[in-house]
This record gives sequence, structure tokens and C-alpha cells, in this order.
Amino acid sequence: MSRIESTLAALKAEGRTALIPYITAGDPHPNHTVGLMHALVDGGADIIELGVPFSDPMADGPTIQLACERALLHDTSLWNCCAMVAEFRKRDSRTPVVLMGYLNPIETRGLEAFCALAQASGVDGVLIVDLAVEEAPDFAPVVRAHGLDLIFLLAPTSSDARIDAIVRQASGYLYYVSLKGVTGAALLDVASVEAKLGQIRRHTSLPIAVGFGIRDAASAALVGTVADGVVVGSALVSQIEKHQATPAVLPGLLKAQLAEMRAALDAPATAAQVA
Amino acid sequence: MIYENLPDARGHFGPYGGRFVAETLMEPLRELEAAYQQLKNDPAFRAEMDRDLALYVGRPSPLYPAERLTRKWGGAQIFLKREDLNHTGAHKINNTVGQALLAKHLGKTRIIAETGAGQHGVASATIAARLGLKCVVYMGADDVERQSPNVYRMKLLGAEVVPVTSGTRTLKDALNEALRDWVTNVDDTFYVIGTVAGPHPYPMLVRDFNAVVGRELIGQSQDMLGRLPDALVACVGGGSNAIGMFHPFIPFDGTAMYGVEAGGDGVETGRHAAPLSAGKPGVLHGNRTYVMADDNGQIIGTHSISAGLDYPGVGPEHAWLKDIGRVNYVSVTDTEALDAFHECTRTEGIIPALEPSHALAYAKKLAPTMARDQIIVVNLSGRGDKDIFTIAKREGISLL
Ligand SMILES: Cc1ncc(COP(=O)(O)O)c(C=O)c1O
Repeated sequence: MSRIESTLAALKAEGRTALIPYITAGDPHPNHTVGLMHALVDGGADIIELGVPFSDPMADGPTIQLACERALLHDTSLWNCCAMVAEFRKRDSRTPVVLMGYLNPIETRGLEAFCALAQASGVDGVLIVDLAVEEAPDFAPVVRAHGLDLIFLLAPTSSDARIDAIVRQASGYLYYVSLKGVTGAALLDVASVEAKLGQIRRHTSLPIAVGFGIRDAASAALVGTVADGVVVGSALVSQIEKHQATPAVLPGLLKAQLAEMRAALDAPATAAQVA
Repeated sequence: MIYENLPDARGHFGPYGGRFVAETLMEPLRELEAAYQQLKNDPAFRAEMDRDLALYVGRPSPLYPAERLTRKWGGAQIFLKREDLNHTGAHKINNTVGQALLAKHLGKTRIIAETGAGQHGVASATIAARLGLKCVVYMGADDVERQSPNVYRMKLLGAEVVPVTSGTRTLKDALNEALRDWVTNVDDTFYVIGTVAGPHPYPMLVRDFNAVVGRELIGQSQDMLGRLPDALVACVGGGSNAIGMFHPFIPFDGTAMYGVEAGGDGVETGRHAAPLSAGKPGVLHGNRTYVMADDNGQIIGTHSISAGLDYPGVGPEHAWLKDIGRVNYVSVTDTEALDAFHECTRTEGIIPALEPSHALAYAKKLAPTMARDQIIVVNLSGRGDKDIFTIAKREGISLL
């Protein structure tokens, strides 16, 4: 069982929802990333999604675009991201880390070389935003051969046929994008999310995390009633943007922000179980 | 392999092309492809398209013998395929007419477009005005500045022009922003991509809509010359005017083809926009192709005097044509393109856009290496009115 699978299985056994924060590696500066990752765990993170900055983040809204630009000012590379995870692992061997990014930096370095380094660095999973399942057959075996989970996005527009094709290649968990849009969008319609999750669950027993549109404790708790995990990204990255000039305050702020969501998620979880 | 059948069912040209986008767009792209496959063989749709191309765009565009340039440059005879005479002044309208008709048939009420030089934005705004569609054009903030006449034209036509300030503030960033709009508004919006880039089916359908240029040219050269040209020359930004001219000629081995990229300050300086000449395979904007990227896979900034060529990627079919050796990809510098711009203007009384000035500059090098009874056709993809401010500025002339 991978570290992601066992983490999610344990949460499920406890009837709890996974809290999955996203930050962009190297934002506001590469020196801060590992410290922020530990702060996220202190705030209650179950899995960390670490964004690999890319020059052309076409699926991201303005908040994460700017985070990428800040990280790239310091030339944060895919190799740096792996090094950060290795550093994180010195103090945390428990929390799974997923690298989330775009294909070109990986292809440029070579998939095989990347997977080998990621594995050696203690990375647990890879989510490549622009790798559609049709293009994945060459990738999935290489990723899996290195003990990494390959995490896929699902969307409101995904048909039954696509869901079926995706769950065959996916492992670890599925990431359901709660709305048509880019990261950082606000709209959230829990009833339609719930309906779509029902459709997806007819195809798979993989845990499903929901992201896009989760901004605070209330929206996290709401989505937590229907999902196995909630992903929160832009809300954290906005904090980083706001306090980029005084990064020393960031670990405390992110920890507190996440702890609020953790509390809200854990509170209604029992109620949702009963209901 | 029968080349003309590419792309394959998954949108691949050899190892290139494909569909590399976030999941939300995969189903809309499949629907678009299905609609296009059905409509392209529908006689009513084709008749509507042909009628628009004749009566609205003004096709066929002439094949013009540039006799004075031929004398000046020596060697092979230069002919110009006059896409600059199309309505809105460039080849871009061939594609927007087609895509807008698709949008209409799909019941979309809003179209979006990205633009570099502004020609595709103008062509999109034009067709939106005619069909009564809402139109939003994304344009890099730097391009908004250097192509201000076209910005104003789009606004006159009723389009909203959104300056894009992210990244390098040029065409690639406008494309990102248009994709973000599309993923958000996919229910009522049709994304009219302006070149043979993007995820499948765009490289195929933009090519098909521009291939009217090559098809016409085959007929015109047979009528006027009794044979096909010996060489075709076209500039390559994303590659739509080039593939439109080249595609129908691919089976005719007797016709050599040259795609001319923007060499900027010179490919050796690193300040250029020539991914086929100096880039490597990668993934950008939904397809695998040659891109300009650094060792970490970050897309790097491009440099060209021509906004329409200032793009770090290129259509995947060109990547394939390069690898199989059917088309020669070359580059010319800003300075060479400017010289050719002035020569064409003064010698033929035709003011070319800066983009096809690159093609002209290469034809000037190629012609003397060929015999006098040989024929070169240059795709004069657009007219230069939009560029006069850029040129005046570069040459230190104040127009105000
Ligand atoms: C006149 C003209 N030619 C060529 C281009 C380059 O595009 P493509 O390579 O797709 O033909 C442009 C783009 O704006 C253009 O305006």
C-alpha cells in the first residue's frame, strides 16, 4: 500500500475527511517552502500538494499564476522541488506529498529521470494537469514502476466513458474539479458536486478529493460532507502573496488558516456519517 | 502512411500534436471534433462557407507575378499569393469565417480569440459583427501597445479587447488567457484559435480552413503557368498561413517548401522566435511540438519585430514536416525582413505586413540560387498598414 493509500484508508476508517493543502514550491522564496510544508502539517494537513512552477500555467487563475511568477523569479525548478521534498522528509516521514504541475518541465528532464529522483526524494504522487488520460499510456507504467501514484483530474464535463478510462489509469486518489473554470474561482454548488461524485463512484472505489472553490472553513466543511478529501490552494496562496514581504509570519498564518478548516471538517464529519 | 490522412484519430502528426489540456476541456474538444467531422462533409455547410469566402472575403486571391522584384533579385521568377487583398487584410479571415460558422452551428453565442499582431483579433471581431456574436479578444499587453491601430479596429467592430499582463505579455500569454476563459465559459463560448496550434482538433481544422490558399494556388499555377511552382515560401509564426499553402502540395515532391521563422536579432543570439530552427520538442498550449524552453522546461521569451511571429511554439504538423524533411525550416533576421519590406513596397507598390516580409526576405536569398525559368510563390499573408508605426519607430521617424 502506498503512503497515500494508507493515509486515506486510515482517515476513512476514522470517518474523517482528508485535508489537502496546495502551495507553489518556491513561493515566495525557495528557502521558505519546506518550513511552510511543516506548518501545513502542524495545521492539520493529511496530504500536501506541492505545485511545480511553470511559465505557462494555463489551468490556473491569477493567484497561482502570480505564485508561479514569484517562484520562477528564483528559478525554482522541478529538481529544486524534489530537493525540497527530500528536505521535508528529514523531519516528516508520514505525510504524503504530491507534486502537481505541467508536463513540459517533466518532459524536458525526461520522465524516467524525474520519476527516479522523485522516488528517491520521498515524493508519493504526481498530478500532471495537462496530461490527459489518452496521452497517459506511455506515462502510467513508468510512474508506477517508481512506486508513485498517478493522480488524475476529473471535471464536471467528464463523461462516463472518460471517467471509466481515467479510473483505470489512476491510483492514490482522484481529484475532482468542482467547477468549470480555473483555480481560484469562487462558485461552489455542492449539490452538483455530490451528484457528480455519485456518478464517479459508480466507476471506482478510489477516494475522491474535491478542489477549486474551497476558500475557508465553511466551504471546506460543506464539501467535506460529500468528498473523501478537500483541496485548498488559492486561499493559502493569497496569504502568501499578501505577506510575501514578511515571510517569517507565513508559517503561523498558514497553520492557523488550515487549523480552522481542520476543525470545521472534523466537527461535521460525525454528523455527516450519521445522516 | 498516406500523409494526407494525418492527423490520426487522436490528433497526432507522428509524435506531435495530441490533446494536452486539463480534463474540463477534453469533452468540449471531443464535441467540437465530432461537430466538425460531420459538418465538413455537409453540402449545405460547405456551400455556406464557399459563399462567404467568395462574397465576403473576396476569394480567390490573385496569384501575382512580381516582375520587378524578380528582375531586382535575379534568378527564379517571384509570384505573390495575395492574401493581403482579403477582407481585413490577411489570411486569418479564411479561418475565422470557418470557425465562426462552426460556432453558429453549435449554437454558441460568444466567441473568444487570442491575437498577437491583431490580425486574427480583427478577423474574429469582423466575423462576430457580421454574425451578431459577442466577441472578446485577448492580447498581450505589449502587443496592445505595438499594434494600436488594430486594437482600435477591434473596438470599432464591437469587440472587447482584454490586455494580458501575465508572463511575457505577448501572444503565448494571450493564448493561456483565452484557454482560461474557455474553460470557465465553455457552455456558451466558442474559442476561435488563430493559428494551427492548440489541442486537437484545432491544428487540423485551422489547417483545413486555410488550405483554400494552397488549393487555389494549384489551380492558378496550372492555368497561368501550365505547371506547379518549384518552390513555396511562407512565414511561420504558429504556422497557419504556411500550412494553408503547403498542405495541398505535400504529395507533389517537385515543389520544394520553405517555412521562414523569425530570426529576431539572429538565431545565434538567442533573441529570436524560431522554435523549429533552434528549439526542441516539448508540450505547450495543448499539443506536443517544437518549443523554445530553457533547461528546466520553462517556456522562454521570444523576440521578433513582428508581433504575429512572436510565439515560442509552432503548429504540430510543422514539427512533423520538419522531422520527415518535407519542408525546410529556415529563419531570417529582423533587419533582413525590414529590408525586404522596403524593397517590396518600393518595387511592387505593395506594402506587406512584417510577417510575410520574412518570407520575402528568404525568397530574396533563394531566387538567385535557382534558374530563371523556375518559379517561387511567396505567401503574402497580409498587408502592412498595421505595421507602419512599428517601422517608423524603429527607423526613428515620428508620425505625430
Ligand atoms: C499577416 C500575418 N501573417 C502571418 C502571421 C503569423 O501567423 P501564422 O504563422 O499562423 O500564419 C500573422 C499573425 O498575426 C499575420 O498577421
